[in-house]
Formats: sequence, structure tokens, C-alpha cells
Amino acid sequence: MDTGQIFLEMKNISKEFPGVKALDNVHFRVFQNEVMALLGENGAGKSTLMNILSGAYKNDFGTIELHGSECKIVSPRDAMDKGIAIIHQELNLIPELTVGENIFLGREPLYRSGNIKWKQLYKDSRNLLKRLNTTINPVAVTSGLSIGDQQMVEIAKALSMDAELLILDEPTDALTDTETESLFKVIRELKNYGKSIVYISHRIPEVFQICDRATVLRDGTVIGEQRVSELNEDRIIEMMVGRKLDDQIPYIHNKKGPPLLEVNDLSSSVSKHISFSIYRGEVLGIAGLMGSGRTELALTLYGNYPATEGVIRLEGKDISISNPGKAIKNGIVYVSEDRKQLGLFLGLSIKDNIMLPVLQEYEKFLFKTDTMRSNKEVDSFINLLSIKTPGRNQLVGNLSGGNQQKVSIARGLITNPKLLILDEPTRGVDVGAKQEIYKLINRFKAEGLAIIMISSEMPELIGICDRILVMHENSLSGELARSEASQESIMRLAVGM
Amino acid sequence: MTKERINQLKPIIGLILFSMVVSIINPRFLTIYNILNVLRQTSINSIIAAGMTFVILTGGIDLSVGSVLAFCGAVSASLVGAGQPVLVVLIIALLTGSVVGLVTGIIVSRGKVQAFIATLVTMTIMRGATLVFTQGKPIDAGTGRAADAFAGLGGGYLLGIPVPIYIMVIVYVLAWYTLHQTRFGRYIYALGGNEEAARLSGLSTLKLKTVVYGISGFLASLGGIILTARLSSAQPTAGTGYELDAIAAVVLGGTSLAGGTGRILGTIIGALIIGILNNALNIMNVSSYYQMIAKGAVILLAVLMDRK
Repeated sequence: MDTGQIFLEMKNISKEFPGVKALDNVHFRVFQNEVMALLGENGAGKSTLMNILSGAYKNDFGTIELHGSECKIVSPRDAMDKGIAIIHQELNLIPELTVGENIFLGREPLYRSGNIKWKQLYKDSRNLLKRLNTTINPVAVTSGLSIGDQQMVEIAKALSMDAELLILDEPTDALTDTETESLFKVIRELKNYGKSIVYISHRIPEVFQICDRATVLRDGTVIGEQRVSELNEDRIIEMMVGRKLDDQIPYIHNKKGPPLLEVNDLSSSVSKHISFSIYRGEVLGIAGLMGSGRTELALTLYGNYPATEGVIRLEGKDISISNPGKAIKNGIVYVSEDRKQLGLFLGLSIKDNIMLPVLQEYEKFLFKTDTMRSNKEVDSFINLLSIKTPGRNQLVGNLSGGNQQKVSIARGLITNPKLLILDEPTRGVDVGAKQEIYKLINRFKAEGLAIIMISSEMPELIGICDRILVMHENSLSGELARSEASQESIMRLAVGM
Repeated sequence: MTKERINQLKPIIGLILFSMVVSIINPRFLTIYNILNVLRQTSINSIIAAGMTFVILTGGIDLSVGSVLAFCGAVSASLVGAGQPVLVVLIIALLTGSVVGLVTGIIVSRGKVQAFIATLVTMTIMRGATLVFTQGKPIDAGTGRAADAFAGLGGGYLLGIPVPIYIMVIVYVLAWYTLHQTRFGRYIYALGGNEEAARLSGLSTLKLKTVVYGISGFLASLGGIILTARLSSAQPTAGTGYELDAIAAVVLGGTSLAGGTGRILGTIIGALIIGILNNALNIMNVSSYYQMIAKGAVILLAVLMDRK
């Protein structure tokens, strides 16, 4: 089906950042009415390439051709005028405005007097949304919409600008399965209208559902451009990481230790009557749909939401945890799913990020922090978790997603916890780093730590956990032993059946 | 050299270039007498700006420093006038400033009032309190032994160098040590960098936030003591507009108003730039009306140059 015309061709693109060659002689092309997958580990250069295409960065070398004629893209505005729209992972809508206002922001239809033609704005918005087969009300305030619907609004906005090429960056990361399905339907329809789509995702199975062709980047160079029908998952992963990976999620058998934490009828403003226990040397999974209260339960255990009812017993003793500081003192740490907002200090060094909770123990004469001892400690964690960095003073904001996640975990481990709560530890990290995180989890388990792992990826939970708790509407809807756990049995409980 | 390093050096390069320009325009600038004069004139603003740096690093702002300075100055003048020994005066005045700062801090942290509003309130109330306390008239620190000793804090010399310069240097050494060698300093950067993450890392963010305003209040009262000592009297309108000079010094020094990034040594350079500017305009006999316009323009220029 090479009958389609080439819409975009980027030739010999190179881009250097201080000290890093982000892109080296990259060739990237997209045909009309096709969905092109752009794949690669974090740091492979996908974002840089797309930022060049959408006018946010300037390439050092190389040319860009649209419809076969060379052109320069000087700014994001210029990219839009040339029909290129990028929809970022973090959506760019203004929450307080209505859907219609967001779609036509800055391009509102005006009367000569300068007043806005509201009727036309909302009519046009409604038509655009209808084309996407959604029932979103253009008069609704955007903040009230689900993430999936907000994404549709972004797509509508791109269509309103007559975008020919849509770049979707990790669009399904925050979507439920149904939302993902409707997004795919929209993508297929856009393709039929003759649009081109660049689809960036870490979720490789999706590539086979929706993409026609895939380009794989590794370390800033193109490893291959192939039809998806000629590929399989293993091959793609191999291309991405440059080595074969056993796709098996490793599980280790471990003799269950004594009970560590017993939770009895625990309630807070965000959790309802939760009872469970966890043993040393055990990985306990928490499954559930978005918004089922998994993170909230973890944060209740962590003292972020005060418990209103119930008992938490640690090693047989009742404890009260009224703030995260107390949780840490009791040996409970929480590693957040939202690294950038809740987890890390992007403007501080790796060292500062890791040491923060334990600085007190490194205090010497006159409150001076013992630099030698703390440097040694940080370096040992950099080694233990194989964090890839030029040194401990590197700013965390400069690290890749996987390495940032490891810094988060290191900060948890340095407090020498008994219970480690990992909230979506593999979200936004690449395939290679995922495997490393699984191995770490198993290692901590073997060392006798109790681990609670919250995840939306069911295969991951089924693969690594000893037991799985399932949540529905802020309470536990069931518990599954390893032998009983399957995607179906989890899903049944997750929807409250 | 990394980009970061260059950014850190920008304020000091600016200071050197600026001093060179000034000394070419007016050779009198580069005399030891004048330089000591500039340093002494800068000392009060730079001491206040050190406290402001702590607050701004956490992402806050403190508009109340000028009024706190005036109030604590008035308190110290009246105590000295009543014949109290210098040590007692110092303790009471510094405590007053610290308590006012801590109360403001509690309003910001526990009360969850935006720092701009909370400190605006403190600024207004403390200015009013100063006017009430002084009855709107200057308070004379009086004469006598205690008064002479007190006056030495502002006007005295030690080994030929004005006492306020020593105080300024001590304040900056301690501030640098606190921010870069102790855990409290790391906590402040963490709090300014990402408050939610700091809280989830187990830091008592409310306490930290309260304390930085306390530090700012403490240093504002120290500034008030020096000013009062130098004039041997407290003016009810003293310190008006000082908060803006302090904020300008912090910003000129490269500290971000968003919090989390910046350096205390940048602040003293920022304060020196403002001090040299005032001094240069004075020795060039520029009218004080035009001085303010020039100051605003230079600050704008410096901040614009720092932007990329």
C-alpha cells in the first residue's frame, strides 16, 4: 500500500545539546493517510525529533520537506500554519474555559466590532466534536471533563486549525480502556479523512492495533522503519533496546515472613473500611480502575490523609500515623506515581533528592552535614540501582524517566523502610528500565521487605505479585491469591461485580 | 564551564563591570574612604536582603521588613533612652522582630494566606504600630554611657572599618553556612523547589515556612538597630520602601521569585550593585528625584540581561 503520497520527510536531521548528541542523521517520513508509530526508549530522541517538527527546537543539520518541497519551521505557530499539530502528554487546555473557548482560543470568530460571535463559535465547536463522534458539550467547562474527553477537545482543536499531521505523544497513558478504544476509532477515522498521524507510545501492543508503520529510534539514530505487519513485539523491543529481553516478568518464590502490617477497618476522607494485612518478604499488588482510590489508600497509610476510623498495627503494635514524617519513622515509605508533581525536586541534585529524608542522621558538629559520609551513601545507591548519571550532583530534571524513578525509589530505600509502597513504579519508563525495576522489587522482597505495588498494568501485577487486592469506589472489592489472579478475575472485581 | 556556572557568575561580572564604569565616570569612587562608605550604606539593605533570600527561596515574599525595621528601631531607641544596657536592648529588639516574623509565618503557613497578602498586612499593622509607639515623632536615643555604646553599633569603627560592615559579613557567613552546610538549608531549597514533594518526604513544611519569616523578621530588626544606632534616634517613617530594595537585591543576585533556586552570595552582590548605584548618583550630584528613575532603569536592565 505504498500508493499514498509522502506528506512529510525529515532528512539527515541532527541536533546537539551541550554534551549530548540528541539526534544523529535521522531520517523520518510519514505518508498521507497513515499512522506512523515513533518508538524508542526514553532518551532515544523521540521528543527532540517531534519538538523540531513542531517548531519548538531548531535542528542543527538536515532538511524538512512537506509535500515534497523543502520548508523551514521557525516556531510552533509556524508549524500550525503548515498543518502540523502536536498533542502533548500533558494537555494544554485552559481548565477554567469552556470547551468551545479552548478549541478556538486566539482564533475566535469576530464581528467587525471585535466582539466574539459566540453562536458561531459554539456551532463550529459542536460540528468538530461531532466529527469525532463524541457527545462532549462545547459549552461545558473543560476542567469538568475526563482526561479522555479533554484529549478529544485537543484533537478537535487541531482539526479546527486544519491540521494535516497530528502528533500524539503517549495519548493513552492516562486513559481507561474504553477511552482508549474510542481514541483508536477517532484515529482510524482521521486516517480515512486523509490525515497523517505520528503515534508515540510505550505500549507496544497498541502499535499493532492502530499503526501502519513504525520507526524505531535508539540513542538518537534510526534503527529501522518498517511496516507493522512485518514486525512482532519481541522484534520491536529488540530494536528499541538493542538486546533481547525475556518478556517474562520475573517472579521469585519466597518464604512468607511474619506479618508486618495489619490494617483493620481503616477509613479516611478518601478510603472506606479497608482491612488487609501484609507480610514481610511479600509483594502485595493493588489493582483497580482509575479513580478507584488506590493512591488515596496508599496516602492514607502514609499519613497524608488522616484516618477517621480503624486500626493500623505494625508488628503487632497499634500505631497512629498523622503525617508522612511519622510514617517514615515507622518504616513506611511511599514512592509517588506522579514523579514531577509529588515525587522529585527537578531543580535539585540527585544527592539532595535522595538524602532529604535522612539528613538529620548525617548531622555533625554545629549542624554541619557530613558531606563525606553522605556522598558515600548516595554513591552506593547510585550503584545499587544503577542510576545512569555523570555524577551525584547532576540535576534530577536532566535524567530520563527511568532514572528519575530510580532516584525516587532510592529516596524511599535510604530511610531503611520495612514497608515500601510503590505507586505505578513503571509508568513512563522504558522497557529496559521496567525490567530493572522488576528485578529490584524482587531483590527487596528477598531481603524481607514488604512491598505494596499499585499498578494499572494488570500483566505486571499478575506477573510479580504474591497477592492482589482489588479496589472499587474507595473500598476493597476483593483479594486474589497469585493462583487466582487473571486479567478477567481482576477486572470483575475492579468494576464491582 | 557549564551554563549553570556561567549563570552563577553573572551577578559578580555585572558588579565588576558596573564598578569599572562608575570609577571611569568619577575617579572619586575608587577611594578607600568612598568604598567603605558604600559598604556601610549597603549594610542595612544587604542584611535585610539576606533574610529576604530565605523567604524567596521558599517561594514566598516578605513585604513587612521595612515596617518591622522601623518598629524595632523605635523600641530600641526608647529602651536606650530609658538607660537600659545595650545587651538588653539588643535582645528585646531582636526578639520583637523575630516574633513578628514568626506570627507572619504562621499566618502564611497555618493560615494558608498568600505570602504577599499576609506580609502586606504585617507591613501595614507594624507601620501603624510604629506611629502609635512613637506618637509620630522621632524618638531620641538620649545620651550617656549606654547611648554611646549603642551608637557605636551604627557609627563606630573597629580597626578603621565601620562596625555595620562587620555585622553584615557575619550575617552573610552565617546565612551561607546555614543554606549550604546544614540540613535546614537543604530543606529550604526543597520546600521552594516542590512543596508537595517536600511534605511527602516527611519534612514539616509548615514549620519551615514559619521559620523563614522569623529569620526575615530577625534580620529586619537587626537592620533597624543599626539604623537607629547610626542616627542615635528612631524615625517613625524609617525603612519606608526598604522591602523593595531588598527584593531588588535578591532578584539582581539571581534568585528566582518562584523559589527553589538562587544563592545567598548573589544577594550581597545585588545589594552592592544597588549601593554603588546610589553612591555614584550621589557623588555625581544627581537629584534624588532622578535617582529613583535611574535605579528602576538599572534594575530592569540587569534583570533583562539575566534572562537568557
